[in-house]
Amino acid sequence: MNLYAEIAVALLIVVGASFGLVGSWGLLRLPHLMARLHAPTKATTLGVGSVLLASMVYFLATGEGFSVHEALIVLFLFLTAPVSASFVARAYLRAHVDPAELPGAGEQGWASFAPRAGDGGDQAEASSS
Amino acid sequence: MMARDASTALPRPSSRRWLPHPLISAVLVLVWLLLQNDFSLGQLLIGLVLGLVVPWLSAGLWPAPPCILSYRKAIAFVLLVAWDIAVANVVVARLVLFRPVAELRMRWVRVPLELEAAEAIAAFAATITLTPGTVSCELSADGRSLLVHCLDVGDAEEAASDMKRRYEARLKEIFG
Repeated sequence: MNLYAEIAVALLIVVGASFGLVGSWGLLRLPHLMARLHAPTKATTLGVGSVLLASMVYFLATGEGFSVHEALIVLFLFLTAPVSASFVARAYLRAHVDPAELPGAGEQGWASFAPRAGDGGDQAEASSS
Repeated sequence: MMARDASTALPRPSSRRWLPHPLISAVLVLVWLLLQNDFSLGQLLIGLVLGLVVPWLSAGLWPAPPCILSYRKAIAFVLLVAWDIAVANVVVARLVLFRPVAELRMRWVRVPLELEAAEAIAAFAATITLTPGTVSCELSADGRSLLVHCLDVGDAEEAASDMKRRYEARLKEIFG
């Protein structure tokens, strides 16, 4: 592996690790769940992305061939991060947020707070608790 | 069997029945080959079986198959989002490191939706979550607006119209 490739790999790993660290620091520093959700959905995507890019450059430079697994990991990460973030946010909304604090959403309101079909007791239960 | 099918659903061409979502099938075959890192005939056959069986088993989850009008625009959109994600990381990292928590202007923003296809709305919501300081949290019960949490935003209206202009307008051209 030549010097330039080594420098590129080292640089990418340091950049990736820094963003990972910032994401974790955000998780620690920000005041509540909704704010904390921002840190891992952003900072870590680029952090993991850089480390995977470093891995691709490494295998290219050492002559072991082009590896596409890294690209797939990025793809799966970008598909799953928004879904899990949305699930965490919805659970938080249902458990801890008063719909009155949210901006209005038409007559039927936001889906988390809407009465569901075949679930008549839900609304009464939610308002009594 | 045939009679019941004919009475409950519109007659479909047989290609639609065996291959309800050609795009999903193609992506499955490709992803399988990339996962194996082995482009041999055996792996291709296993990939093809997956490409046939998985869409068939999950057909109930895809009532109206997504229709992509322009692949060129779809690729341009992916590149734009990739660039925005890189920028988002730097912006959010700066906020997290240097901005006092009390000065973050966190708020909920309602983004009215013009998109109607479920796949298009899902793509829009995922894009919002992956880009600068915004996480999409919830859809309204009527499917006409999206609830977005912003980490640092001055004006809610402006933030919503920014997201609509930058991403929704492009997705509308892609999904129609």
